[in-house]
Amino acid sequence: MSALTFEQIHQRLAGKFGEAVGPLQPAKKDPFCTFAPARLLEICRFLKSEPDLAFDFLEDLTATDHPKLNLIRVVYHFYSYPHRHMFIAKAEVNRQISEIDSVEQLWKSANWMEREVYDLFGVRFKGHSDLRRILMPDDWVGAPLRKDYSEAGGYRDISNVRDNPLDLYLSMDRELKAQQAAAQPAAGSQSAAAPEQHAAPNPPAKPGA
Amino acid sequence: MPETDLKGYSHDPGASTALITTSTNVIENLINWSRRSSMFYLLFGLACCGIELMQTGGPRADLDRFGSVPRATPRQSDLMIVAGTLTYKMAIRCKLLYEQMAEPKYVISMGSCANCGGLFQLSYSVVKGVDKIIPVDVYVPGCPPRPEALTEGFLRVQELIKREKQKQKFRPQRDSGETGAGYDVPEAV
Amino acid sequence: MALDQLVMTKFGETAGEEMILNMGPQHPSTHGVINFVVHADGEVMKKAVPQVGYLHRAIEKIGEIVTYPGFMPYTDRIDYLAAMFANEGYALAVEKLLGLTVPPRAQYLRAISCELNRIASHLISLGSMAMDIGAVTPFPYALRERESINDLLEALCGARLTYNFHRIGGVGFDMPDDWMPLCRKWLDHFDRILDEWDRLISFNEIFVERLAGLAVIPLEMAINYGLVGPNLRASGIEFDLRKAHPYGAYPDFDFKIPFGKAYAGAYRGGVVGDCFDRFYVRVLECRESVSIVRQALDKFPPGEFMAPKVPRKIKPEAGEAQSRIEAARGEMAYYVVSDGGERAYRVRARTGSFLAMGIIEELSKGLMIADLVALIASLDVVAPEIDR
Repeated sequence: MSALTFEQIHQRLAGKFGEAVGPLQPAKKDPFCTFAPARLLEICRFLKSEPDLAFDFLEDLTATDHPKLNLIRVVYHFYSYPHRHMFIAKAEVNRQISEIDSVEQLWKSANWMEREVYDLFGVRFKGHSDLRRILMPDDWVGAPLRKDYSEAGGYRDISNVRDNPLDLYLSMDRELKAQQAAAQPAAGSQSAAAPEQHAAPNPPAKPGA
Repeated sequence: MPETDLKGYSHDPGASTALITTSTNVIENLINWSRRSSMFYLLFGLACCGIELMQTGGPRADLDRFGSVPRATPRQSDLMIVAGTLTYKMAIRCKLLYEQMAEPKYVISMGSCANCGGLFQLSYSVVKGVDKIIPVDVYVPGCPPRPEALTEGFLRVQELIKREKQKQKFRPQRDSGETGAGYDVPEAV
Repeated sequence: MALDQLVMTKFGETAGEEMILNMGPQHPSTHGVINFVVHADGEVMKKAVPQVGYLHRAIEKIGEIVTYPGFMPYTDRIDYLAAMFANEGYALAVEKLLGLTVPPRAQYLRAISCELNRIASHLISLGSMAMDIGAVTPFPYALRERESINDLLEALCGARLTYNFHRIGGVGFDMPDDWMPLCRKWLDHFDRILDEWDRLISFNEIFVERLAGLAVIPLEMAINYGLVGPNLRASGIEFDLRKAHPYGAYPDFDFKIPFGKAYAGAYRGGVVGDCFDRFYVRVLECRESVSIVRQALDKFPPGEFMAPKVPRKIKPEAGEAQSRIEAARGEMAYYVVSDGGERAYRVRARTGSFLAMGIIEELSKGLMIADLVALIASLDVVAPEIDR
């Protein structure tokens, strides 16, 4: 039971799968390597079943969007409870096609995380048991966490614009002044009644009036 | 028919007996007193403010001393405290819950998110103010408001009820989700 | 159906029908706005399908819009019951990107505030769990103690719930001069409260019988479904990120990791990983947190509470970093991708509650409806952590 470093794990994988496992990216921060999407399931099964790797815990599954490269990178964080080591891998999918194998059959925790990535990034997972929106409403349009997503301007009949309260008061003020100006030339005594009327929108009717 | 003090209100011609018109104020006061002294609020904690709502009902702030206890169902509650961020997905449910409450009903919008979207103005999934969905009586600012602030907001609702006239008991019906202009000017705490 | 068939199904027996019930999103025992579509046959459930997203506030998207320090208040809202952890996780991730080291005094302040917050969060969890099962009294008891912690944290950082205390490179404020005796006094008081709590509810015969052997999660299942924190430990693994991969000031402290041992007792039908284990592991964690805060106050170092030379405009070089911390609801991991600009390219918060919800559909098969409430409460899920 000994923890392996990122480099050792990468060597194991590269030795077994060759080209399908990309080089380890610069180890300045957290290093990661890229898996070929076609062999993703095979590599993941190896990661889980090999006794000295034993990645029994899919810690995180998320994605990053790269419109300039026309790519979505699905990010996998693996962790092993027996050995207490971790590994980070990515798989690149085309933004238009955006389809990749599901790893749900290996780790059940992938079920909800893949649904989340499907919901927010629009990546479809082949072989997923229950792929539908999870966080957004079912009739929502678009994948919100993509970089080029723009808000539709509300949902159903609820607008997403909130008026500036200052504008509202200014317009009320303008209205009041206009009313006063209209009342002034007719009679000076009525000008006092105008703001009162404005303050109470529903003035009670006088009896018998 | 004797002259009665109507305080500027016309009475309903269908019920024009002297007894009722003279004692309107007394009955009104009685009804308003009983109404404001047993304001049952709906347990409607949406987000962070829901915790402060719980603490307001808890031992220290003790909203119970104003005759207010939480109810789990909208059918039994008079007051809806919208405590927290309202998302589009929840907005439909919020409107449904409001419609299920029996008249007369009152709404407190608690916290910045419920008032105007607050911190989450930048978000694509948050309703920018609960008054886009349902009419609001009292807005309580804060992120989240302290229990003391919510208690103050609750007292403001009681003040509103104290001044309420039976003529205005029913809200003007509105068909769209937007706030009606004919509705009483809401108070800010 | 004949009348005798209608009335003569015994309690717990099924009639071969299916009724679909909506539980939530507004429901007092779903712990926030969560919806369960319950497929039930009488009192017995075929399954309960959780529907989430009613509190999805797009915090991850906002992380790409605002600057690095500007995102800190939003992390509070990821988990409002234990906001300190969310702060710390994000601060650690950005510090890892920047290569900053945090002075020891700030690390101790982080540990103290986090452990106090852990107690506060567990108090809500334990109290509401007792209330969901039907014991109303413990909840006000828990809220009363939580108010005291809120006062302490308010004196430390000025807020009751959403603290925004941890900053990138340290903490926001130093400890006030008269804070330490206040805290010690409260810790002494809380020891007595924990004993009282055990007398009042933990070893209450009715309560234990109610939860023993209920909704058992075996260890393999817990790991496979991605459970973390107290929920995972209750299934019988001694794993805590504070010990396994220590961060901050935690290597300095001596504490135990409570894990599930069928505390309800085998003669009552207690099994490792049942609801009572998940409850009692949290009670024991409160004790450990009290001990950690005491040790931190004893060893509290002098010095700065903020790293020197933290730039005003934080611009980490391109790269990515992940920070993992042991939050109140288990492992919280922030994955921050930088493209060298003032704003993060991607912020991802991996939270414990999101995956704890995923296990409910599987576990609920064959449970009674009343037991579903106990199961939700024992997993200690909180809506903003699920939806973010």
